[in-house]
Amino acid sequence: MIRSLRRCCFSLAVVAAMTLPAAAATQLTGAGSSFDYPFFSKAFYIYNQKNPDITVNYQSIGSGGGIAQFTARNVDFGATDVPMNAGELARAPGPVLQLPVTLGGAAIAYNLPGVSATIRLTRAVVADIYLGKILKWNDPQIAKLNKGVNLPDMAIIVVHRSDGSGTSYIFTDFLSHVSGEWKSKVGTGKSVSWPAPSSVGAKGTEGVAGQVKSTPGAIGYVEMAYVVENHMQAATLENKAGKWVDCTPETVAAAAASKPEVSATNFSIVDSSAAGGYPISGYSWVVVYKKPEARAKELYNVLSWLVGPQGQENAKSVDYVPLPRNVQDAAAATLRQMQR
Amino acid sequence: MAQSAFKRRNLARRRIVGGIGVGLALLCAMIGAAALLVILCYVIVQGAGALNRDFLTQLPHPVGVPGGGVGNGILGTFIILGIAIVMAVPIGLLTAIYLSLFGRGPIPEALRFLSDVLSGVPSIAIGLFAYAVLVAPLKHFSAFSASFAFMMLMLPLLVRTSEQAIRSVPQTVREGALALGMSNFRATVSIVIPTAMPAIITALLLAIARVIGETAPLLFTAFGSQFWESNPNRPMAVLALQVFTYAISPYPSWQTQAWGGALLLIGAVFVLSLGARLMLRRAMRGLEA
Amino acid sequence: MTVGPQFRRVARFVSPADRGFAAVVYGGSILFALLIIGLFVELVLGSWPSIVAFGPSFIWKSSWDPITSNFGALPMIFGTVMTSLIAIILAAFIGIMAAVFLADFAPRWLGQPLSFLIELLAAVPSVVYGLWGLFVLAPFMRTAIGPALQHVLGWMPLFSGPIYGVGLLTGGIILALMIVPTVTAISRDVLVAIPRDLREASMALGSTKWETAIRVVLPAARVGVFGACVLALGRALGETIAVTMVIGNRPEISASLFAPSYTLASVIANEFTEATTSIYTSALIELGLILFLVSMAVNALARFMIWSVRGSERV
Repeated sequence: MIRSLRRCCFSLAVVAAMTLPAAAATQLTGAGSSFDYPFFSKAFYIYNQKNPDITVNYQSIGSGGGIAQFTARNVDFGATDVPMNAGELARAPGPVLQLPVTLGGAAIAYNLPGVSATIRLTRAVVADIYLGKILKWNDPQIAKLNKGVNLPDMAIIVVHRSDGSGTSYIFTDFLSHVSGEWKSKVGTGKSVSWPAPSSVGAKGTEGVAGQVKSTPGAIGYVEMAYVVENHMQAATLENKAGKWVDCTPETVAAAAASKPEVSATNFSIVDSSAAGGYPISGYSWVVVYKKPEARAKELYNVLSWLVGPQGQENAKSVDYVPLPRNVQDAAAATLRQMQR
Repeated sequence: MAQSAFKRRNLARRRIVGGIGVGLALLCAMIGAAALLVILCYVIVQGAGALNRDFLTQLPHPVGVPGGGVGNGILGTFIILGIAIVMAVPIGLLTAIYLSLFGRGPIPEALRFLSDVLSGVPSIAIGLFAYAVLVAPLKHFSAFSASFAFMMLMLPLLVRTSEQAIRSVPQTVREGALALGMSNFRATVSIVIPTAMPAIITALLLAIARVIGETAPLLFTAFGSQFWESNPNRPMAVLALQVFTYAISPYPSWQTQAWGGALLLIGAVFVLSLGARLMLRRAMRGLEA
Repeated sequence: MTVGPQFRRVARFVSPADRGFAAVVYGGSILFALLIIGLFVELVLGSWPSIVAFGPSFIWKSSWDPITSNFGALPMIFGTVMTSLIAIILAAFIGIMAAVFLADFAPRWLGQPLSFLIELLAAVPSVVYGLWGLFVLAPFMRTAIGPALQHVLGWMPLFSGPIYGVGLLTGGIILALMIVPTVTAISRDVLVAIPRDLREASMALGSTKWETAIRVVLPAARVGVFGACVLALGRALGETIAVTMVIGNRPEISASLFAPSYTLASVIANEFTEATTSIYTSALIELGLILFLVSMAVNALARFMIWSVRGSERV
């Protein structure tokens, strides 16, 4: 037994030696938002094909984890759905640059068996559902928006994200904008105390989507990519301009374009007043040191490629929304402050 | 006679009760096996489509780029598990030997208690401990810290079960060895441990099965990687982590790969268990001869 | 069967090899103890800010609001204890019965494959259990098991209320499935190790095979079986990902088993990666510390129960 064990270890060592990475490649590490992960994995893969001696290892451990690792200087850059606030910036060991890198939207998915038409909801109705004030699908407030649709007498089961998430932040930001009661009672955050009596928390977007898909009468907020890839039913919302919009890359981009002066301190684009703007949209951010300790040149090259047109065109293929041109330029300008 | 008639009726009743009992026990065993088969079928249906040579040997591809696999995750799992076993088995066995030799007393009792408490700590808390000890001071993630976390997860199982296994070796065996003039050291290592080996192997297999699917402790220790990595002092891809990341993603192609990876994990334990049992049978045959 | 007191008289570490052996054995055990104590210390250090800020009220407050930094752990403690209780009751019964069957009654051609299949349950990754639970078990609970239970036992508050599919009972069942292999495999090994003379003596006195298995062999193995249950319970208390996907994640205490709930480990898994303020992180680590202490309390209670029933005999 010992002999065969020794043989095992030897062959393992041989395999390990054969797979040693090329010494010449520089590896950059990044950590943070899981929302960005699909976009980053595509973009950095394409970048590596064009620049074989630079590899970027990005892992999604959550925005908070990303900020923590970035602050501890364990990774070269962090990615977060909500920019670092004053307290977090103060804790960082050096000045930090924050740039928007991608856009996303949260669709209101629902499960109504027997109803094939797309449900229409106003922003106030969505808020009331999540506050627990509208309890059934055939409530008059919903019925009057959906004339001609046979709404069942079914309880609305409200699903929310149980894990802290940027999508929850965007959604609660939206609810705080459209409902004063939500703003005072619950507030905006990645994790909040959800007031609806029949609310259920599910872990991750796939948890919410899974819960909605398998529970008749359920409603939940789900990232756009998920709704598209899994063909889920999503409600049409009335935006601030009074138009009915679905959650698509065009409507999200319109919401972003209506606020060209976005910055890390003024980043909310929910409840946009643009005519074709989707009300539940948001940016995702990359944080990097103004004076990186190592690999500054490579970092600059990768990130400026990422926020430029070449990097951003990878977004569409993974159901993400490219940054509007003016925002790309603003991000590039912020990045140029890096000392490399 | 009335007495033997009573005995006959009594025996008949006891036999019936026994029959029902055995039936119930069989039912319970079948429930366990059936649950596994149901879950296994679900995983196979969802993930069999992902299994091919590319899947086992290639690096992960992003969404939309066909092919790609979990090759680096498989390698990473081997390396991290290997280091974890090398660390856990000596500590676990030594503690088990200590507990079996000095069974009573406040200190052995305290050790057993600590071991039981450790088994109740969530894996994410152990991952944080490994982070505090091996990642934060060194300022980088590493496979070694993941092995450390795995080791802590495996220890309670190893210690408890190995101690039980050693204690079940009959007194006569140990006393016989000592009577032949062996020192304690030789008696334990050459006679008692080999006799207890089957149960210790079961414990080790259970411990491996326990950790091979763990994700939470890996988030802050091994960190993960999209590239080949064999240096335990660097971040490394791990199959369980890849399964988790893919499973919670929106893309059906990735989700299928997640199920495929889960199938690989279950298959790995399957093969390990089978292999260990076969090796044991051969070794036991040697002993009996 | 115990190797303890008698052996101490015999054990003499006279030769150098023995002394070296003793040193190594002591060293290994001390290292083991240090690792666990180190974990405890680390947990206390990490949760210190939260302990200072909230004090003991953290344990009995019922709200969990990250926005206002208003943290209370009571619903989570309730959820953890309830799911683990359901899990260990189900798993201990099924597991021990299965072990009895596999050890004493199963013919070789049946016993080997059955044991193997049950052990393989332990190899299924947590996230797979979670996803299977979410997509298969929860709907089944909502459409079949739940209504059936409510039909028969609905008069009890335990089985009243709306059935979501996810909830306390579903969480308990998933946990039970995860810990059954531990109970079965270890108990089976322990039962098999009981020497044949005991069984033969019992049957010679006229017991049926079943009576021997239940009234003679199982009690003789109770120490090991108890150990198996303790290990299994430990796993149930600390299980994170699988439970969080099927438990509904609502920090509320409810009398019904069908209601969504929340466990200590789930909160940590859900919110740790996104927690950014230090008081939030600290509160989450304090939950980990509470879990450590709950595990300690459960273990101490179990030992006390066994000790008071069996006198001074050790477990």
